[in-house]
Amino acid sequence: MEPILQVEHLSISFSQYHRGTRKRTLPVIHDLSFSICPGQVTAVVGSSGSGKSLLAHGILGILPYNSALEGTILYQGTPLTQRRAEQLRGREIVLVPQGVTYLDPLMEVGPQIRKGRRDPRSKARSRAVLERYGLGPEVEKRYPFELSGGMARRVLIASAVVEQPKLILADEPTPGLDARAASRILGHFRELAEDGAGVLLITHDLELALTIAHRVLVLYAGETIEEASAADFSAGRLRHPYTRALWAALPQNGFTPIPGTQPYPGEISDGCQFAPRCPRCRPECRGPGPVPYVPRAGGWVRCRFPEGGEAL
Amino acid sequence: MKHRLQFAGKKLLRMALLLLGVSLAAFLLMSASPLDPLQTNVGQAALGSMSQEQIAQLEDYWGVNTPLAERYLGWLFSALQGDFGTSLLYRQPVLQIIGERLANSLGLLLFAWVLSGILGLTLGVLAGALRGRWPDKLVRGWCLLISSTPTFWLALLLLTVFAVWLGWFPSGLSVPIGVEADSVTALERLRHAVLPALTLSITGVSNIALHTREKMVDVMESDYVLFARARGESLPAIVLRHGLRNVALPAITLQFASVSEIIGGSVLVEQVFSYPGLGQAAVTAGLGSDMPLLLGITVLTAAIVFGGNVAADLLYGVVDPKIRRGAAKA
Repeated sequence: MEPILQVEHLSISFSQYHRGTRKRTLPVIHDLSFSICPGQVTAVVGSSGSGKSLLAHGILGILPYNSALEGTILYQGTPLTQRRAEQLRGREIVLVPQGVTYLDPLMEVGPQIRKGRRDPRSKARSRAVLERYGLGPEVEKRYPFELSGGMARRVLIASAVVEQPKLILADEPTPGLDARAASRILGHFRELAEDGAGVLLITHDLELALTIAHRVLVLYAGETIEEASAADFSAGRLRHPYTRALWAALPQNGFTPIPGTQPYPGEISDGCQFAPRCPRCRPECRGPGPVPYVPRAGGWVRCRFPEGGEAL
Repeated sequence: MKHRLQFAGKKLLRMALLLLGVSLAAFLLMSASPLDPLQTNVGQAALGSMSQEQIAQLEDYWGVNTPLAERYLGWLFSALQGDFGTSLLYRQPVLQIIGERLANSLGLLLFAWVLSGILGLTLGVLAGALRGRWPDKLVRGWCLLISSTPTFWLALLLLTVFAVWLGWFPSGLSVPIGVEADSVTALERLRHAVLPALTLSITGVSNIALHTREKMVDVMESDYVLFARARGESLPAIVLRHGLRNVALPAITLQFASVSEIIGGSVLVEQVFSYPGLGQAAVTAGLGSDMPLLLGITVLTAAIVFGGNVAADLLYGVVDPKIRRGAAKA
């Protein structure tokens, strides 16, 4: 199937002032490649600080002014330029943000969903999407501070899908919700994918992501280190030691933590970024030169000595 | 309802305490003034030619020999009964003078207040929305320039340019000289008020614009503006739909807080333009040791400023849905 979104060698960096006057560039996302097909949920999993939200902002063309984006983003096979992104965002490509702070605190929910349009068709449409997510027409008259956490998430989804999008970027849509509410919210995304949209689910919660995702992309220190199908996790076919560690850290899989922390942007070293924490690290892993991202057994991996295989 | 009554009661009590404190402070400062009312108002030469009895009479008139506590309490009790006394300099009831002066100043103050509010808000929103671009730099530069300019100097500058060089406006007073009070037209009064009102507005703008800009910058960096952009809303739509709405609350605070600045500025501006308003009367009363008039003006202006702040609080309830809905439920 023709992918709806292809991201190739995407890098996002910030320029900032370091020690007062010296300007430096801070790479946050580095050499990121993946694609999303219609009808599929692709999860991007990574711990906080790995640049996940910036990925969505980069696709939408709403990065902050002091950032730079390199690489190619193709939408339906054509480059997604800043101008094209401006035309498509909010219509074909939509963002479902994290929480209630993304709603204007001084505006009622209804006008926000409709973006200020007052014609009967828009009104009927906003009613219909609210109803689809189990919210009555009285919610339109509420202000964001009068919504519960779960309602706010559903309002955010409603405001995104009111336009019948083809690509949905969901940025951490579940934190702060109990397990049942969270899986219900995720169910909505799965449903949207079944209706034919491509869904990019950005999350730090691997366990929840696996409940709905078809493909999982693991970010570490701003790099993609593995792309796997959801089935690879339970089948033990994981390729990268970090992904294995993530999997083993889940409560039902032993709750085993690994020592150390992810390097911050700007602390990027030569060679493999995971080398200092890797149980299988060898001298060659520490460089020189970056580790290539290569296809392997139906997925992708960025490791010189992947699990279950000889040296690459 | 109970909530509202409590609110009103608290505000009234606070206002009473404030006015008491302000009047006492003004009284003590005035008593501590090194100016001798007799020397200032009668003159050294005239005093020298007077008999002891005459001087004693004058001292009684200016209250020189009455103990401080007795003077203040005497004023306070009459004031509580609505009698603010008689001006020592003008020999008219204080309330009558204040009424006349306020009528002169009110138009000036209101015009300056409204114009600086509108201009300040517009410039601030514009600069904040276009942060770092040339309109922002222009507005910021202008505001910094104006806020570092003394008000009286700006008044002199406008006076020199528009009244002396160009001759567009009169150089002072509130009505033309040598014309009967009854035959002065509204247009004449307006022409006399333009320059002082403009001076007051210009100085008022920079504070409001710079504060509004800061708030607007915060709004533009907020999550909800990011989401609005992600949803394809254009910059003008974002500014009109989300920017103005969220800047409104701090703008109300600023606007009503600027009442005190406008009144304070009017003291200087009216002096420069010889405009016979409340500010000028305050200066005359202060320099001439006219205690009843000064206390009257001080208490009145403090009440106006306080009233402005109460108005801001009340407007909050109308604009902020959290207060509006919260109060409706309570």
